[in-house]
Amino acid sequence: MTSSSDVRSPADIGAGLALRGATLGRPGAPVLGEVDLHVAPGEILTVVGPSGCGKSTLLRSLAGLLSPLAGEASQDGGPLTGPSADRALIFQEDALLPWRTLRANVELPLAIKGLSRSARRTQADTWLTRVGLTEQSRQLPHRVSGGQRQRIQLARALAGAPRAVLMDEPFGALDAQTRAGMQDLLVEVLHGTGATVVFVTHDVEEALFLGDRVALLGAGRLIAVRDVPRPRERAAHDDPARIALRHDILTSLGS
Amino acid sequence: MTRYALRGLSLAVGLGLWQMLTSLNADVWLRFSQFPTVTDVARAFADRLSGPDYWTDLTDSLTRILTGFLLAAVLGVATGVLVARSRLAEDLLGPLLEVLRPIPAIALVPVAILLFPSNEQGIIFITCTAAYFPVLVSTRHAVRALTPVWEEAVRTMGGGRWRILGSVVLPGALPGIFGGLSVGIGVSWICVISAEIISGQYGVGYRTWQDYTVVDYPGVFVGMVTIGVLGWLTSTAVELLGRRLTHWLPRTSYVPGGRPPRRVRGATALMPAGPGTKENLPHDQLV
Repeated sequence: MTSSSDVRSPADIGAGLALRGATLGRPGAPVLGEVDLHVAPGEILTVVGPSGCGKSTLLRSLAGLLSPLAGEASQDGGPLTGPSADRALIFQEDALLPWRTLRANVELPLAIKGLSRSARRTQADTWLTRVGLTEQSRQLPHRVSGGQRQRIQLARALAGAPRAVLMDEPFGALDAQTRAGMQDLLVEVLHGTGATVVFVTHDVEEALFLGDRVALLGAGRLIAVRDVPRPRERAAHDDPARIALRHDILTSLGS
Repeated sequence: MTRYALRGLSLAVGLGLWQMLTSLNADVWLRFSQFPTVTDVARAFADRLSGPDYWTDLTDSLTRILTGFLLAAVLGVATGVLVARSRLAEDLLGPLLEVLRPIPAIALVPVAILLFPSNEQGIIFITCTAAYFPVLVSTRHAVRALTPVWEEAVRTMGGGRWRILGSVVLPGALPGIFGGLSVGIGVSWICVISAEIISGQYGVGYRTWQDYTVVDYPGVFVGMVTIGVLGWLTSTAVELLGRRLTHWLPRTSYVPGGRPPRRVRGATALMPAGPGTKENLPHDQLV
């Protein structure tokens, strides 16, 4: 999906997800105003902000579950008209269908795409292996741990080969160790998919670890978008540039 | 095993009390002297079983209740989903259904006689109406109580209206729907028997009332026992089907017929469990 050349073809202009002058929220109850944002294919944009600042509203608007009250939302240059398989959404709450086995949950987007039974099986197998849950694939969701359920949500979202993945605090309910493992797994499975990723979190460390850029939300608007220095390493904690950026983000959010 | 013994004992004690009170002709305000004894009833039962009418009555009643109940299940689930999912349907059908709902199905006998060319259809209509409303109401509640993220997840996979109906709404509402079906099969029996008494030809209810009018009390009790057993069998069938279809429900608390999870000693102490023992670990220990 991503081209390594710097010369973009006209079709690539506007590739990824974009919001232009968008007011977001439910009809009669706007939450975010004048949002201008562009997330390129293959990029991970993390979104941080205090509770109730409109992070979920932003994500649900990008998913197409909410239409912008003003301005426009687009994917790859075309306007968003409702939810579609091109933009998978991963929830903090457990959104797996409890009556389907883990495997059947992963197969669901493939069935919706109309794939044959055998094609569904092989693709689901690939994803179950990638998230390391082949052995448990016949279990029902409530029989496995919260971390395993989130891994299946990830597999389910990516199995449909969406062009964008939207994640709403997906690891928010997990303990610290599981969370770190999930972050590594996420980076690993996203690698090479070229998917546009928007990842909402309330954890600045998580935002800095995962994000190519970090968007700061607060007081009903998009405050700023900051680049995150690379490479992506947990050891980068004590990198002075990283510390400065973290300080900057925390003060921006605090103001 | 002990539980089956207890259940058998409960029935045996009931029968024993009955036999004792009736054979002693006990008249302690409640008058058991006119009551047929268990042995009278058993003898009458044996006679009936060998006669042709008993089985005709049985199949007639069963056909009526199954037809009525299945119709009610299909219609009740369909309108329940429709009313819960569509505001237009709720506005159009809601008031009508709410006005019809309090009318006891058995009070619809005149309506059934006016509407339907045959008694048979009238009885099925009454049976169906009786089961329809519990199914409708519980389906409506179950559909409205569905977790919204299930639907949103399927929509963001590109699932349309029918996919959501088939993959989220119906399976998710099944536990609630079966609550309604269990109530429905019970009221269906009440109404099919009453309707048979009023306007039937053949059927367990009809026969029971016939026996009463000719003062054949053991016969009346044969009818009652038959109704009891049939009712118990059909509601058990509904219950078992429901449990089978909703086997995915996490059953943490006590459930009749459910087995308590076996305690594995020391399981919580073993943190890095091998693959073989994973299932026995509480799931919060698994990552």
